[in-house]
Amino acid sequence: MTQTATELVPHIQSLLGNDLLDAYLSYDMTTLVVKSNAVINALKTLKEDEKLDFHFMTDLCGVHYPTNKGLELGVVYHLHNFKTNIRIRIETFFSELDPRLETATTLWPAANWMERETYDFYGIIFEGHPDLRRILNMDDLGMFPMLKYNPLEDQTRTDKNDKMFGR
Amino acid sequence: MGQAPEGIQGSGFFATSFEKVIALARSNSLWPLPFATSCCGIEFMATMASTYDIARFGSERPSFSPRQADMLMVMGTIAKKMAPVVRQVYEQMAEPKWVMAVGACASSGGIFDTYSVLQGIDKIVPVDVYVPGCPPRPEQIIDGLMRVQHLAKNEPLKYRDSDEYKKLLSGYGFD
Repeated sequence: MTQTATELVPHIQSLLGNDLLDAYLSYDMTTLVVKSNAVINALKTLKEDEKLDFHFMTDLCGVHYPTNKGLELGVVYHLHNFKTNIRIRIETFFSELDPRLETATTLWPAANWMERETYDFYGIIFEGHPDLRRILNMDDLGMFPMLKYNPLEDQTRTDKNDKMFGR
Repeated sequence: MGQAPEGIQGSGFFATSFEKVIALARSNSLWPLPFATSCCGIEFMATMASTYDIARFGSERPSFSPRQADMLMVMGTIAKKMAPVVRQVYEQMAEPKWVMAVGACASSGGIFDTYSVLQGIDKIVPVDVYVPGCPPRPEQIIDGLMRVQHLAKNEPLKYRDSDEYKKLLSGYGFD
């Protein structure tokens, strides 16, 4: 039975105050929703506080919900505390018209490539990142593929019958 | 043993045309450059291994150096980011060279109709033989190899200097 961070949520609430917008449990893992301008401070607190001690970042990824007007783009961080085996998820959302967020590389060097991937696929600019450029796609792709407005299929293909293969 | 080409035979000598001898030599010693990217590369490994051995057909030395290879076997999904690399490897190969597209992804992009996958290597290099399959069985890869052998055996001697070939290359941007 994985230990969840539910008991720690009041303590986190007292540390983060107004920056913490929501906290809920989803399938064994507590999720915190934080304001986008305070996310790095929140992560720093979660990392450095002795009681919380989330010293390991498992994952950093982007997400795009085009129907959430004003909060379309988001970044999700997964943190892990090895000593107590507690995992926690931090989400932050912001508008796609201003997709900028502070970098997490100052806290975890592993965030470097993960933020490059998030930039490559969602176009989220991480301010303060030492080398923000595309990592997986070709440099002249011209668009951010994971944004839901952009097509999945290759548009130059001529041999496919669109009636049979819906595009 | 294969069939000797037509020629004049005498005691201690055999005279035939260069074209026939060179064609025979080339077709029976096609050294591949295995450009193995994905799953088809694993099927190629099976083809190279003892059960389906392509060394029987003359492909004794798979080389990863384009300068010393005769046949470029592209096996696997080629992403658009990888495309300039395939092109550069093809350019570095010395004439005569043949290209075999092994598998659905190399032939046409396969099931990956997406923004990042090149929809067939024939968009960037001229291809001689396509081996369809996902992945093709080693027997099919050997069939593709035998077709390249057939092409090599029946190629005119000066084909690589001909206008037809030059026109083909310039169509792909190799000038």
